[in-house]
Amino acid sequence: MFLRMIRGAMFRQWKKMAMIAFTIALGASLATAMLGVMMDVGDKVNQELKTYGANITVVPKDSSIINDLYTIEDNESTGSYLLEEELGKIKTIFWAFNIVDYTPFVSAQSTLANGAPVTVTGTWFNHHMELPTGETLDAGITNLRTWWEITEGKWLDEQADDNRDVAMVGAAVAAQNDIHAGDTLHIEGKEASKELYVQGIFDAGDEEDSAIFVFLDTAQQLAGLEGNIDSIEVSALTTPDNELAEKAAKDPSSLTVKQYETWYCTAYVSSICYQIQEVITDSVASAVRQVADSEGEILEKTQLLMILITILSLIGAALGICNLVTASVMERSSEIGLMKAIGAHNSSVSGLVLTEIVLTAIIGGIIGFFAGIGFAQIIGHTVFGSSIAIRPMVIPIVAVLVVVVTLLGSIPAIRMLLNLRPTEVLHGR
Amino acid sequence: MGKDKVKRMSLLELRNVSKIYGDLHALDKVSLQVEKGEWVAIMGPSGSGKSTMMNIIGCMDKPSEGEVLLDGIDIAKETAKNLTNIRRDKIGLIFQQFHLVSYLTALENVMMAQYYHSIPDEKEAMEALERVGLADRARHLPSQLSGGEQQRVCVARALINYPEIILADEPTGNLDEANEEIVVDLFRRLHEDGTTLIVVTHDPEVAEVAQRTLVLRNGRLDHETINPNFTGHIKLS
Repeated sequence: MFLRMIRGAMFRQWKKMAMIAFTIALGASLATAMLGVMMDVGDKVNQELKTYGANITVVPKDSSIINDLYTIEDNESTGSYLLEEELGKIKTIFWAFNIVDYTPFVSAQSTLANGAPVTVTGTWFNHHMELPTGETLDAGITNLRTWWEITEGKWLDEQADDNRDVAMVGAAVAAQNDIHAGDTLHIEGKEASKELYVQGIFDAGDEEDSAIFVFLDTAQQLAGLEGNIDSIEVSALTTPDNELAEKAAKDPSSLTVKQYETWYCTAYVSSICYQIQEVITDSVASAVRQVADSEGEILEKTQLLMILITILSLIGAALGICNLVTASVMERSSEIGLMKAIGAHNSSVSGLVLTEIVLTAIIGGIIGFFAGIGFAQIIGHTVFGSSIAIRPMVIPIVAVLVVVVTLLGSIPAIRMLLNLRPTEVLHGR
Repeated sequence: MGKDKVKRMSLLELRNVSKIYGDLHALDKVSLQVEKGEWVAIMGPSGSGKSTMMNIIGCMDKPSEGEVLLDGIDIAKETAKNLTNIRRDKIGLIFQQFHLVSYLTALENVMMAQYYHSIPDEKEAMEALERVGLADRARHLPSQLSGGEQQRVCVARALINYPEIILADEPTGNLDEANEEIVVDLFRRLHEDGTTLIVVTHDPEVAEVAQRTLVLRNGRLDHETINPNFTGHIKLS
């Protein structure tokens, strides 16, 4: 009988239920869209913020100490290097998902054919990696130096260029030595010499204009440093530091076990640096503080904005549900009074009304969820120019929010229902 | 068991019952007895306290003063939850405005009363509708039934749980003459079956067919008349 009553209420009063379902769908769609965007906004914002470059640098431990003491940035003076074979490990740390790009560097002090000294820097451009997790990653400075202006020629392409002896020449070097795209340079390194085809001229607007950039292995051969690298630049998605992160950055061993776990399992730049140090032998990872802080703050503010919009939309939906359900209960007061008069207890009547509302909420929630996915894509394409990937976690969160908001919105109606006395509604003349 | 002894057993007894709202005495020290199987009509002008008395007898309200004994239980002292149970088990209610659930069929409206009482039984509900002559309209919604038919569904719903007493509040107030006759005839049959009936009415013709008529005025029992033309038979159990 209970099911018959529910079915009767749902199908024979479908217009009223449709209004409630529509309101719930509206709230659910906004919640889905905002949560979807919020959870994906990290990647989106990070893509935008990649123009700021990397936010973590990794250097050999010895080099770091000497740099700190003497402000020297030359590994040759320390003779310590990082191992190229360990680069893949960076994508195996606890916060691997937050590592969005990274690239190694090795410098070879060389001379041009005219005897002019020049720094030849080897790096990844768009290096393709098959990760142990099964994922693939194209990492390198093509994404980390988006501000470089290619004045002649084009970027080096590791996946297209079969010829490894190619180079991109900084604007300053090119101007001083009258180098153009299409030229061939004779480079004399410490251990080898190379004929490099100039594929592009770039203008970085900084000291990198005084260098020639080549594939990593090319520079390693020039310097005789096969398998070694000077440093790594990492672009990671981070959470802004707080007191705990600052304390940990100074000395992780000063933390209690609980503090350590909290810090380790939060994407603070210091904890990501710590985890990188754990996988790269004898390395020191440090934050490029300005960039890391800016990224974290922008991300945090964007997420806060999304949360506020989500909360406001849910409050709006709750108020709408509250009005509609209360109006519905008021309309049905004689029916509810009758049920009580013929022996229904408050719990039975509340159960009936709540079941109707929750079923309506489920229907509205499902419709709203799919509409929300659509809204999220509109936001993604309008704001970020790409699709928003809805995380599976959004589904249970939206489901719980819809049920909670619907139940909260129904409280005034249920209170009214509980206080309703049959005598007040059954003797209307 | 002698007939006289059974007749003396009151199903309902009001002892000095008052219902007071501020300075207003909606009921003022009313006392009465209704015996099992009796058919009583309550009349009176608007504001005389008829509905207040119906609410109290129907366990939907409590008196401010006095005792209301229904089948030996003083309902004035019962909790709201117990009153709901007493109402469910002992009373069948019929209203002027029918109060059928609009989205349930006639059959489902009857079954709803079974559902809140015990277990719904479609066959039994259908038999109740047959008793009121509505078996062929069982699958219709209230909006598809005439006023008389709706009131008959209401009667079937009131009967379905075999209540001790049926309280009808202006049962013919919204009916035309033909339907009024049908409903009164149903009451007559119920009375013949031994059902106790208390009918509040403005209509002297409806009151006339009852065994006894109580007239309320200003919250007090003004007078009581025994219907000399009463032809019903009290079936004692």
